[in-house]
Amino acid sequence: MRLLPFGECALLVECEPDQVAGVTGALASLPAEVVPAARTVLVRAASPDLLGGLRREVSRILAGPLPAAPAPRAERTVVVPVRYDGEDLAEVAALAGLSEDQVVAAHTDTPWRVAFGGFAPGFAYLDGGDPRLVVPRRATPRTVVPAGSVGLAGAYSGIYPRPSPGGWQLIGRTSVTLWDLERTPPALLRPGWWVRFQA
Amino acid sequence: MIEILRPGPLALVEDAGRPGLAAVGVSASGVFDRGAFAEGARLVGNDIGCASIEITLGGMAARMDRDHRVALTGAECPASVNGTAVSWGVPIELAAGDELRLGLPSRGLRSYLSVAGGIDVPPVLGSRSTDLLSGLGPARLRAGDVLPVGVLDPARDASGPTLGGWPPAAPGSPAVLDLLPGPRTDWLSDPALLAGEWQVSPESNRVGVRLTGPALARTGERELPSEPLVRGAVQVPPSGQPVVFGPDHPTTGGYPVVAVLTEASIDRLAQCRPGDTVRLAWAPPADVA
Repeated sequence: MRLLPFGECALLVECEPDQVAGVTGALASLPAEVVPAARTVLVRAASPDLLGGLRREVSRILAGPLPAAPAPRAERTVVVPVRYDGEDLAEVAALAGLSEDQVVAAHTDTPWRVAFGGFAPGFAYLDGGDPRLVVPRRATPRTVVPAGSVGLAGAYSGIYPRPSPGGWQLIGRTSVTLWDLERTPPALLRPGWWVRFQA
Repeated sequence: MIEILRPGPLALVEDAGRPGLAAVGVSASGVFDRGAFAEGARLVGNDIGCASIEITLGGMAARMDRDHRVALTGAECPASVNGTAVSWGVPIELAAGDELRLGLPSRGLRSYLSVAGGIDVPPVLGSRSTDLLSGLGPARLRAGDVLPVGVLDPARDASGPTLGGWPPAAPGSPAVLDLLPGPRTDWLSDPALLAGEWQVSPESNRVGVRLTGPALARTGERELPSEPLVRGAVQVPPSGQPVVFGPDHPTTGGYPVVAVLTEASIDRLAQCRPGDTVRLAWAPPADVA
């Protein structure tokens, strides 16, 4: 694990992908914004004069044992019903060496962890899924992916919160609303939560 | 209330932003030149949490529906009230029916119209800022828009940054933007080549400011898993042409962040317009916190 510089107000913790959740949890009590990503966690102070103290605190916390990555809990699991009729379902099946039914089974049988957000409000990168579903992005991104599209890219699965360009392999669609400003908080999926897809 | 007669090229309601939501994909957004905005808030007696109008490349006109104290800060435009020139950077007392008109700034890019009491549109996730990337906050201003104005808060917090991007460097000399190391500085074959003069591309906005110049070589063409971004992060995609992120930046990105501007330099960047030359300079190590 390393601490990398990130300007006057922030620093970046670089770790293994499977440590991101533990690092994020361990730093959650700091008076700072903590933003997880694929294998890094950003820690941002409110102003430059707070960064020195924050760096010392981060170093002290990371020198100790990290909390174990939490197991899926029912109250932190969101069930997402999916109609598995995505345009890339056949392509994904061919890439994975599975039948389309096996792709659906692999996607629904293993709970996915909300690893981090980004890309658009409410978008969540989900990891921890069936390793047979690791597929590359499409060579040419689509200019418009409909809201609710369920996709795969690399080791991640994700759901498009609103229509946007995108290069993920689309395997299905859901009617679940991922981002709703009338809801508190507006994001349905937050880091540390779990998703179970349902055919 | 204030009626927008003419928005100019781009006029937006902006405040100090909505920090703390990056983990769910929402950037802080907010004013680009924080110093110029804070100066305007002080001049009219606003709390630093109040919203102002961020005007890009001047050209805005507005009519007051009642008496308002206003101030103009940031990129200096020719300004008039009912056809009579008014000063920049001072409180201006306007009466009902007065029309404020701005011309084109001769240099600089972003001006701020602050009104005592603040622009009081409904907040979204705790902020009245327009985020052009995520589509949060009010729409960009159009002719005919009528903006409510709030009431001055007597217990206001008038604190805020004192360094802004205005005035810029002397005419003819480039703005100097100081660089601090980023997490992936070692992805540049020669970090020293990032320092020097770059052109601000017309493909620049509040999301990111693109710089053009001799392409920077990177060490190999590795893939970088998505990493968090901050305002001021200098990212170098495979093209070798740097992008400096502004207030409406994406919360994560897949290209290496090789440097981050100092906070004061981010405000200076807010005043750099397409076609301007900027000079990037590595800050001496002693300045690194």
